Amino acid sequence: MIDFGYTVHKERLIDYDKNDKRVLEHLKQHEPSVLTCIACGSCTATCSAGQFVDFNIRLVQTLLRRGEIEPLKKEMQKCMLCGKCILVCPRGVNMRNMILAIQTAIDKLK
Amino acid sequence: MTKTTVIIGGGVAGMTAASRLANLGDKVILLEREEEIGGHLRNWDRLFPNRRPGYEVLDDLRTNLSNQVDIRCNQTVASITSQPSGFHMELESGEILDCDVLLLATGFDLFDARKKEEYGYGIYNNVITSADLEMMFRSGQPITTSQGEVPSRVGFVHCVGSRDEKVGNLYCSKVCCVTGVKQAIEIKEQFPDSKIFGFYMDLRMYDRHFEEMYYEAQQKWDINFLRGRVSECAENQDQTIILKIEDTLTSRPLRMTVDLLVLLVGFVPKPETLRLANLLGIKIGEDRFLESLDEHTRFNHTIKPGIFVAGTAKGPLTISKTIADAGEAALQIHNYLKTIK
Repeated sequence: MIDFGYTVHKERLIDYDKNDKRVLEHLKQHEPSVLTCIACGSCTATCSAGQFVDFNIRLVQTLLRRGEIEPLKKEMQKCMLCGKCILVCPRGVNMRNMILAIQTAIDKLK
Repeated sequence: MTKTTVIIGGGVAGMTAASRLANLGDKVILLEREEEIGGHLRNWDRLFPNRRPGYEVLDDLRTNLSNQVDIRCNQTVASITSQPSGFHMELESGEILDCDVLLLATGFDLFDARKKEEYGYGIYNNVITSADLEMMFRSGQPITTSQGEVPSRVGFVHCVGSRDEKVGNLYCSKVCCVTGVKQAIEIKEQFPDSKIFGFYMDLRMYDRHFEEMYYEAQQKWDINFLRGRVSECAENQDQTIILKIEDTLTSRPLRMTVDLLVLLVGFVPKPETLRLANLLGIKIGEDRFLESLDEHTRFNHTIKPGIFVAGTAKGPLTISKTIADAGEAALQIHNYLKTIK
């Protein structure tokens, strides 16, 4: 077959209306501190894992808020649960529990 | 001979300065273009940050105006000239006024949201402004969409007409951020099941109690703040509004539908202020608001002796700051009056 060089690109758009907000709803019950994030990035700057791999824990929170479940699953796997982010968060978000609660919600939805 | 001060503008600044001057024993004439004094405050239901009714503040300002203040409504200045001693003005009613001091307290206009055509104000029924929403609150009726339904998803667009070179307004309007948060909470209070979104570039919660209000909006009311400037809106067949924005926290484009979209409109200078400034030869800044003699130490003076400025004619201010500014203007005028023969 002739290769015309065309490919199908994955949709980059966040389609908020269609996205699944069930994980977020679970978090609102079990770790409501995530609601107060102001996206300052302190957590990401201090993150132990982020010094070595392409990991952004601030983004985990954002993806959760947007209902972007697939990239969320992928991103949160990189967390080592060290908890340094919790120490620097100005809003008192419990990120370690956030990661654990996201995992619980995802397992429940399987 | 008693010296006279004419205050142009009977809003928060004009009312405050008039009452202070009268209390100091000075003769004051307060000119108001509308049929009633009170300015924009007459149209505002509740005030940030404590959501107290606007009429409480208005009543307070009214009560402080003693009988000594000569209030004249439905009056517009037709012409005005500087004389060797004071000012000579003609009102549109044909009346002639002579005074020793002029205080410009002409205030601001709200940005005309139709100028941001991409948001569809005046085109789509479910796109309204923060001022429209405030009038809806004031009516006491529950908030509905144009189809008369309870809105289940409401968006607030920050910085409409502010921080936007394209409409010629580079400045920040200061009060819209906190107004948006206040109104978001008020809608959520009315409809606890609704989902509320604020689309912002950055939230400027600079004054006392503002940041706490933002925290409350997130923590208690689950209001979702999404960083990015709404780029365009379109109307669906069912009259809901679809909007496009970059979610700048994920660096991806985002699309969502809302039932009601509220545009947080900013301050713009009044054409009337510019006209008066040109007649009097006082300075106008690049932002088209009035320029004071010195923005740190002579902020109620102008380059012309005897002409003073107060309030939002100089740029966006909260009500509290307007009152403080106008009080200072009154004191400066009182001192100035003692120096002239």
